[in-house]
Amino acid sequence: MAKRIDVSGLNAYYGAHKAIDDISMSIEPRSVTAFIGPSGCGKSTFLRTLNRMHEVTPGGRVDGKVLLDDEDLYGPGVDPVAVRRTVGMVFQRPNPFPTMSIFDNVAAGLRLNGSHKKSRLKDVVEKSLRGANLWNEVKDRLNKPGSGLSGGQQQRLCIARAIAVEPQVLLMDEPCSALDPISTLAIEDLIGELKERFTIVIVTHNMQQAARVSDRTAFFNLAAVGKPGKLIEIDETERIFSNPSVQATEDYISGRFG
Amino acid sequence: MDFTTSISDTPPPPATRSVSGKAVRPGDRIFLGLSRGSGIILLVVMAAIAAFLTYRSVLAISGDRANFLTTLDWNATGTEPKFGIAVLAFGTVVSSVIAMLIAVPVAVGIALFISHYAPRKLASPLGYVIDLLAAVPSIVYGLWGALFLVPHLGGLYGWLNDYLGWTGILSYGGGAARSLFTVGILLAIMVLPIVTSVSREVFLQVPRMHEEAALALGATRWEVIRMSVLPFGRSGVISASMLGLGRALGETMAVATVLSPNFLIGASLLDPGGGTFAQNIASKFSEADTFGQDALIASGLVLFVITLLVNGAARLIIARRKEYSGANS
Amino acid sequence: MSVATSHRHRKVTEPRTPLALKQSRLPRWALPALAAAALAAGCGTGLAAGLDSTVQWGLIAALLFVAGTFALTAAVEGVRQAKDRLATSVVWIAFLLAVVPLASLLWETVARGSKVLDGYFLSHSMGTLPDAMPGGGVYHAIIGTLEQVGLATLIAAPLGLLTAIYLVEYGRGRLARTVTFFVDVMTGIPSIVAGLFVLSVWILILGFGPSGFAGAMALAILMMPVVVRSTEEMLKLVPNELREASLALGVPKWRTILRIVLPTSLGGITTGVMLAIARITGETAPVLLLVWGAKTINNNPFDGAQQSLPLYVFQQWQQGSDASYDRAWAAALVLIAFVMVLNLVARGIARWKAPKAGR
Repeated sequence: MAKRIDVSGLNAYYGAHKAIDDISMSIEPRSVTAFIGPSGCGKSTFLRTLNRMHEVTPGGRVDGKVLLDDEDLYGPGVDPVAVRRTVGMVFQRPNPFPTMSIFDNVAAGLRLNGSHKKSRLKDVVEKSLRGANLWNEVKDRLNKPGSGLSGGQQQRLCIARAIAVEPQVLLMDEPCSALDPISTLAIEDLIGELKERFTIVIVTHNMQQAARVSDRTAFFNLAAVGKPGKLIEIDETERIFSNPSVQATEDYISGRFG
Repeated sequence: MDFTTSISDTPPPPATRSVSGKAVRPGDRIFLGLSRGSGIILLVVMAAIAAFLTYRSVLAISGDRANFLTTLDWNATGTEPKFGIAVLAFGTVVSSVIAMLIAVPVAVGIALFISHYAPRKLASPLGYVIDLLAAVPSIVYGLWGALFLVPHLGGLYGWLNDYLGWTGILSYGGGAARSLFTVGILLAIMVLPIVTSVSREVFLQVPRMHEEAALALGATRWEVIRMSVLPFGRSGVISASMLGLGRALGETMAVATVLSPNFLIGASLLDPGGGTFAQNIASKFSEADTFGQDALIASGLVLFVITLLVNGAARLIIARRKEYSGANS
Repeated sequence: MSVATSHRHRKVTEPRTPLALKQSRLPRWALPALAAAALAAGCGTGLAAGLDSTVQWGLIAALLFVAGTFALTAAVEGVRQAKDRLATSVVWIAFLLAVVPLASLLWETVARGSKVLDGYFLSHSMGTLPDAMPGGGVYHAIIGTLEQVGLATLIAAPLGLLTAIYLVEYGRGRLARTVTFFVDVMTGIPSIVAGLFVLSVWILILGFGPSGFAGAMALAILMMPVVVRSTEEMLKLVPNELREASLALGVPKWRTILRIVLPTSLGGITTGVMLAIARITGETAPVLLLVWGAKTINNNPFDGAQQSLPLYVFQQWQQGSDASYDRAWAAALVLIAFVMVLNLVARGIARWKAPKAGR
């Protein structure tokens, strides 16, 4: 059920400010694509255009095409709510619903879609928590608030919540930046498992992480401060890290970059 | 700049003093004394309020020839004073409950409108206007209620009577709409700005990431509000409502101008009559002698206790919700 | 299409669900059209059934619109979308429902109040003018209000400020907790109860007569907890690093409070005090019990009955003649204007003095 994404000529704006400029790329199904680049280069913004979350920020605006298999996410008549159900997202800081229990957090998306049968919810919650490698840690306290878990557990809870609705694509916006190294490792392992079922796009500031988890890597940069971010190149991760075709990429990766 | 002057002003304390940890400078002692003294004065005032109100109330109740709690009359003069708070308690509670039933849903609606629905350009001026409206004195609401609202409600009441008069509660015999229900409506309008303003503040504080979590699951706007905004804001809305309820219970002038009081408990809320604690004090005060004033003080004490109970209940509800509030997650 | 359990598998048998990104939607003109139809139907039924109050017309129209959008959206777009639409309409209606009375309140006050409001009205008292006669003014009430509110502020502001400082800077232990609790209790005191308290002590027990000062004491009781609360909030906003930086330089605590903490939060504290003043300015009930309301000018708040603006409004309303109604509205307008100006200035100070956070 993983899907391929084709982006062409995509621009995103915050009010009058253009945040990313004319991005085109393809993202392969059942693979992990990492976005790297300096802060403020628009990689998170770009990620949020892939499930139409960009437009919920005040002043956010997008033009261009994002094809999910053959359907344009920004086509006329497309419902952003339906898009977000198809393209799941995990955020930088773990954000379980504070007023819900662990169980309810995972079941939240399903309940939205109208399944209320207790037995089915139970099944899916267990499967999703297992899928997020969290089941064994929480199975005895499913009715406790999700905010009582550790940061790493909370993040895996959010991943479980995202995969419970069986999306086609999973977007991750620096999912490990608020976590300690052990929890980071757990999430990275999980990404490796999840990519067999989902198309995964991950934004990361950690170059080693990009090298470890991704199949393909995209490097973003901005021409100057105040200018919009651009896609510099996208290629097999190995090539990006060993022999990139653009000088700027090599400079950034080897740390020779302002 | 302040630092340098302060340092040059005060000579460095001797080492022994700073190590002892209890350096008692006169300045510190005076300042602590002053500020602690203020706190103590506040406590003394509270204690005095309770004590004196109780004392005068005991004087009044011991002179009451009828049951203070159940009597349907207020006659605190003469040799056979007979007065009771039954009507007042009934009227106060009923009008405040009506007010809250109308005001809280509407206020939550407006607060959501301002925080999540209104066009951005409109939202912050609207919030500002609501804050200003919260400051309009209650006597102005009273004046408007008596001279504008009352004449406009007769038609509505007649209509309600036609369709719902059979319930008894909503029957209406005509005449000026100076009833407990009108009081409830006016109180609702009066507490609307304050409840809205506090609720809006809470809704705006909902962390963006909770809302985005719901959005990313494919929630519609309403579902986002139901999943993340309302649960987060619930205790805030409760305390806002209690604030409003406190005002409604103790409101004097808006009731005194609108209600046409009597000392009967009628089944119909639309027909004139009834009374509230505060309204009764205001309208009976000018013709009361010392004993009559004591009687009014006794009823005021009951009002005080009721508002205390309401506030206490609010605090309990909020404390119980804290575990799930996630305010500092 | 099961979600994988702990074992891994490469090929999942996927009954490919067709993507449903597009949903059938209502055309754009549908909702405005529905609103117009509902409005027409509301007015129609109103006219046909001979309902004399426009309130009912509006209610019918609103109900029809809400039910209509729900049914239409549920049929075309699905139940979830319909619930979303329903919530949107309900929120809009709540807003409109509230705007009407509040706007009417302001409009009536301004329209009816400006009738007799002029220089003469502001500079004369009622004197011996019979109540039913036009003329007279609010000068004595303005003087009374200013004096009573001024005295109340002189009592309540320092006490409230120091109490808040105690609670934030020194307050630990039982006394502080007790004070916090009773500040909360005090916030809930109905204004008429504060009036009764001063009545019982000052007039019934100590035997003084009504005066502006008696009213000021009751107003101070109402003002104190408000000042404590707002000042507390402001002091808590001062970052601890600032206090520690100052203490680490060897500055004594009381000087740290006076020189660092208070100046940092001065804007917010001023705003809080001004909002509290605005609130007690409109209080009528305690003034009714303690100041009584004189018709002539009494400049001495410590002796004899005075007048105050809210009480003046009430008494003029009680007279029940057209001329006194006009005066009541005009005085209400003066009162609102005064309170609004206080509010605007207070919020202006808050905005101007606000720490420039972030960008």
